Amino acid sequence: MAPHDLRRPFKRPAISDQQKRREIALLRQTQNRRDAQHQARFLASSVLSLQNQNLEPISEPEPEPETEPEPETGPELQSELLSRDFDVIQASKLKGSKARQWFSRQLMLPEWMIDVPPRLNHDWYVSARPSGKRCFVVSSNGTTISRLRNGSVLHHFPSALPNGARTKDISGPAHSFCILDCIFHEMDQTYYVIDMVCWRAYSLYDCSAEFRFFWLNSKLSETGACDPPSPYHKYRFSLVPIYDCDQTGLNAAYTGVVPYVKDGLLFYNKHAHYQTGNTPLALVWKDENCSQYVLDTDSNGQVPSQQQVVLELQDDGKVTTSDDPPVVFGCLDGDFIQKSGLRLGTLLRFVISDGGMTFVDGKFQMADLNYIGKVNRARTFADSYSKVLFQYTARHSPLRVDDLITSVSSAHDQENETVDVEMAG
Amino acid sequence: MAMEVTQMLLNAQAVDGTVRKHAEESLKQFQEQNLPSFLLSLSGELANDDKPVDSRKLAGLILKNALDAKEQHRKFELLQRWLSLDSAVKAQIKTCLLQTLSSPVPDAASTASQVIAKIAGIELPHKQWPELIGALLSNIHQVPSHVKQATLETLGYLCEEVSPDVVEQDQVNKILTAVVQGMNSSEGNTDVRLAATRALYNALGFAQANFTNDMERDYIMRVVCEATLSPELKIRQAAFECLVSISSTYYEKLAPYIQDIFNITAKAVKEDEEPVALQAIEFWSSICDEEIDILEEYAGDFSGDSDIPCFYFIKQALPVLVPMLLETLLKQEEDQDQDEGAWNLAMAGGTCLGLVARTVGDDIVPLVMPFIEENITKPDWRQREAATYAFGSILEGPSPDKLTSVVNVALNFMLSALMKDPNNHVKDTTAWTLGRIFEFLHGSTMETPIITQENCQQIIAVLLQSMKDAPNVAEKACGALYFLAQGYDDVDSSSSPLTPFFQDIVQALLTVTRREDAGESRLRTAAYETLNEVVRCSTEETAPMVMQLVPVIMMELHQTLEGQKLSSDEREKQNELQGLLCGCLQVIIQKLGSSEATKYVFMQCVDQMMSLFLRVFACRSATAHEEAMLAIGALAYATGPDFAKYMQEFYKYLEMGLQNFEEYQVCAITVGVVGDICRALEDKILPYCDGIMTQLLKDLSSNQLHRSVKPPIFSCFGDIALAIGENFEKYLMYAMPMLQSAAELSAHTSSADDEITEYTNSLRNGILEAYSGIFQGFKNSPKTQLLMPYAPHILQFLDSLYMEKDMDDVVTKTAIGVLGDLADTLGSNAGPLIQQSMSSKDFLNECLSSDDHLIKESAEWAKLAISRAISV
Repeated sequence: MAPHDLRRPFKRPAISDQQKRREIALLRQTQNRRDAQHQARFLASSVLSLQNQNLEPISEPEPEPETEPEPETGPELQSELLSRDFDVIQASKLKGSKARQWFSRQLMLPEWMIDVPPRLNHDWYVSARPSGKRCFVVSSNGTTISRLRNGSVLHHFPSALPNGARTKDISGPAHSFCILDCIFHEMDQTYYVIDMVCWRAYSLYDCSAEFRFFWLNSKLSETGACDPPSPYHKYRFSLVPIYDCDQTGLNAAYTGVVPYVKDGLLFYNKHAHYQTGNTPLALVWKDENCSQYVLDTDSNGQVPSQQQVVLELQDDGKVTTSDDPPVVFGCLDGDFIQKSGLRLGTLLRFVISDGGMTFVDGKFQMADLNYIGKVNRARTFADSYSKVLFQYTARHSPLRVDDLITSVSSAHDQENETVDVEMAG
Repeated sequence: MAMEVTQMLLNAQAVDGTVRKHAEESLKQFQEQNLPSFLLSLSGELANDDKPVDSRKLAGLILKNALDAKEQHRKFELLQRWLSLDSAVKAQIKTCLLQTLSSPVPDAASTASQVIAKIAGIELPHKQWPELIGALLSNIHQVPSHVKQATLETLGYLCEEVSPDVVEQDQVNKILTAVVQGMNSSEGNTDVRLAATRALYNALGFAQANFTNDMERDYIMRVVCEATLSPELKIRQAAFECLVSISSTYYEKLAPYIQDIFNITAKAVKEDEEPVALQAIEFWSSICDEEIDILEEYAGDFSGDSDIPCFYFIKQALPVLVPMLLETLLKQEEDQDQDEGAWNLAMAGGTCLGLVARTVGDDIVPLVMPFIEENITKPDWRQREAATYAFGSILEGPSPDKLTSVVNVALNFMLSALMKDPNNHVKDTTAWTLGRIFEFLHGSTMETPIITQENCQQIIAVLLQSMKDAPNVAEKACGALYFLAQGYDDVDSSSSPLTPFFQDIVQALLTVTRREDAGESRLRTAAYETLNEVVRCSTEETAPMVMQLVPVIMMELHQTLEGQKLSSDEREKQNELQGLLCGCLQVIIQKLGSSEATKYVFMQCVDQMMSLFLRVFACRSATAHEEAMLAIGALAYATGPDFAKYMQEFYKYLEMGLQNFEEYQVCAITVGVVGDICRALEDKILPYCDGIMTQLLKDLSSNQLHRSVKPPIFSCFGDIALAIGENFEKYLMYAMPMLQSAAELSAHTSSADDEITEYTNSLRNGILEAYSGIFQGFKNSPKTQLLMPYAPHILQFLDSLYMEKDMDDVVTKTAIGVLGDLADTLGSNAGPLIQQSMSSKDFLNECLSSDDHLIKESAEWAKLAISRAISV
């Protein structure tokens, strides 16, 4: 019956510092709980179990042919340490040769398209691949670094990517970082993003391509990374148009006008995760209409009269591709190896002579190889089987764009037929 | 037996302590041995006109206490006990009670009416005693006045006890008819009229339907307004109380009556006695409350739609209302500023003026300024005080644009009045007004600062000087300084305008805390609170000075712990002081611990500080315990894993805090500190987890513990799980069922009550935070499959929350996060389950497009986690 009770304190200062202390403590606890939760969600989920652990150890960037270091233990142990459950966050902080080594193995490498995969028009995306340097772009700690396929640094620059520059406007927590799969296009000095690997400290390795592209398309522009260059954003980033691989999509990617020079077409399986190393779930294909470089050139920019291949020397003298498992192309004579002082893992260049490649029941048997010499040190990988074969067919009986178009339209028909059969059965 | 009861009841009120004690004992025994017979005897005693009035009154009182208690769980027990009594016994008791209403002994009848209302409060919601209201009203017109009075009182109590939705409308109509007729001026008996007016106050909540009927409403309003003119003071007061209640319950129906009500209230404020005049002012304060709420809702909702439209009664009444209120300000009491409980016409008038200012904003300023200008320099202190009070009252509401120029002119005057005015009241109000100026017109958001480099020094000098004045004035000066410091809480972290005066301010405040008379007018408390605010708003520049404060406050705390023998009164004061000192240390810890630069130096006193806190715990005072606990939470956060070395000693107090059901604030704070320690120690907390979890589980199953502590306990499960990871395994079998049943209870609110909805949401948030912590804790563990069996229920819980559509933003954010945590930890195993859930589709999509940044962030994360779980 005394409603004015609540009005009594009017002239007394409306402070209850005790209540304020309680509220501040609660606020701090809530904040801390959120931080702990946030950290748990992101940190632990970005630990990667790298897939290619059974890959042969890759030679150190600087193998000294004269000296005889312990061939296995050193680099292998190190590479094991580096690859097992390695934390992307730590990786993003790696420097020097360790960083080179780690990053040289993080890119997903598409195989060359030698056959048209089934269900191309249902399960695949297509895009026009920009011509340029394939690289990994990592933004962290207020800076951005791009690294080439062999792990070496291309640019070190500020960008509008999360945590990619030291600006006052910090969006997101300080430990945030991201990793993008890009092609640097010299002409317009632009990074064309072809895939998203980590975004704001969250790993997308285990996400389907469908999801990664969705995320890439919706997130990249939010940051201002697609804006023109500015003092805190040295290079522009740009998205590559990605199409469903039906007739329209294929046609758009093949003939459509893009602001960059095309170098073939990229095909991604929609359901595939981001897999480091060679994968048949991403493919590349090209012809003269969509690429200036269909046939490989030598160091002088000339197309050699005979196809050249780079293969890796194994301990039993076999020379193999970079695939997992490796494909054997031939075998070197033990005496020859000793005489030339060649060591395990060395990359060697050969030409495929007139004998060509031999197939039995569609399966590769052998190639007519002639040794040329050792390969430039900057090179870290042997050719993949699909690359060799793509080059080989390009010289003899190439897979044509018409074949692709037919397959996306006929695949459609096939689908209908299958349904019919099932209905009848 | 009956004779015996009478004697027991009389003896229980005996002057002689032994007799009394013996009688109380016998009554207790009787009750324990045979409850039905005990209650029957009591009701028989109450109904028997041959018994002494004292035994009858006590019999009724014991009956009443056997039906209701303040504590929630006790109340529920008593309710169950009554319901399970034999119905014949109950019927007989009720008959006795109804019969007592006709007793010519007023005390017996009045006691019976209260007992009847208590029984109605239990039975009506269970659809029992349907004949009660009919029985009460059957012959109301034929009975003698004293029976009529008792019946009306019973109706009033009944309306207070039961909720309107358990009484049928035709019964409501009957009640209201009887009550309003009883109030009518044609009712010749004053006691009946008063009883009816008081009954109406409680019955107003039942009159929703009647207030929508023009004729009925007109009738009720006419009778109430007439009652305000009754020659009987108590009737006038009760009638105004009805008007106050109507103003908030039926605001939207008032328009046709507002002019008449204004005339009535104006007359009462001017001429009537204080209890009536206070209610008349309260009517306008209450209208302000309503309009402030409505206008706030307008401001929050751009569509301008509100359930209730604003009628702008205050704006319309302004030209007459303001002079009326200003007049009351001159009716101060001589020593009102020293009297904590004082409430008089001047204070009510000033309060109402403040509310009017908040309601109408700028419009009030020109109406009040002439009064201030005319009175502020008058020789009579009442006029100067009233002018100052008027000024202070209107500082919240009008725009800074409107006030800044006036305040700039007034500021110097106020500062000099605070120094020179000979009157204590004037100085008190002046210091308060300065505080209001700093509270509402000083801060970084103001376009034109009130405090500048030029006047800052003078302002601070005056306030520090004023802190040496009488305790009531010094307390207000501390308050003003509090707000002055608060206005600088977001200055650039390196430099604050207060820096040059920091040392002097701290020194002056410490001096105040040591004043002999600091116990008066809560001066010491105000000084420490101001010191806290000054520390909170300090910058890096003054960090060394804050650091110097640490040993000083620690020494003060140490002194309170040196055990002289104290009286209980002195001990209470001592505990209060310990609370203040721990509070101050807590603020300092948080300040210094938040920056790497200061943390290092400060860490050197942590050992000492910790041992002081442990000694404070040993004093067993709730306030001090709570403050020391909060300080330790801040300390754990600042020290991180190093806190482990204190755990062994500290643990028993932690446990003690978790067991403190009675002082639930202590328990709640301790639960929060467990979270702090989890984050500080991570898996090093493991050895203490068995004990902590046992306590927390006990707390949850207790119905004694205040319910507000339960949501944080659930959140604390999450903190523990996150800290100890898969070691949480052994608690799963206890924690999960509790979470599950709490989740089921909280999935549906089924209540329009805001308070209940708010509680339900905090409960949901706690449950969800627990799930989040548990999932994240188990992530990457080989034991994740242990969580799989709980996944279907958790997803169902999320779905049902989504369906209910009454989550607040915090719950939404936590809920969508749990969806992500579940997917993140269980991965592809939970893929199909997740895809079936509604949460992973509609709910997630809604959150992805939310405007709330935090919700969106959580949702994006959940989307990522889900896409990984289902894309394998």
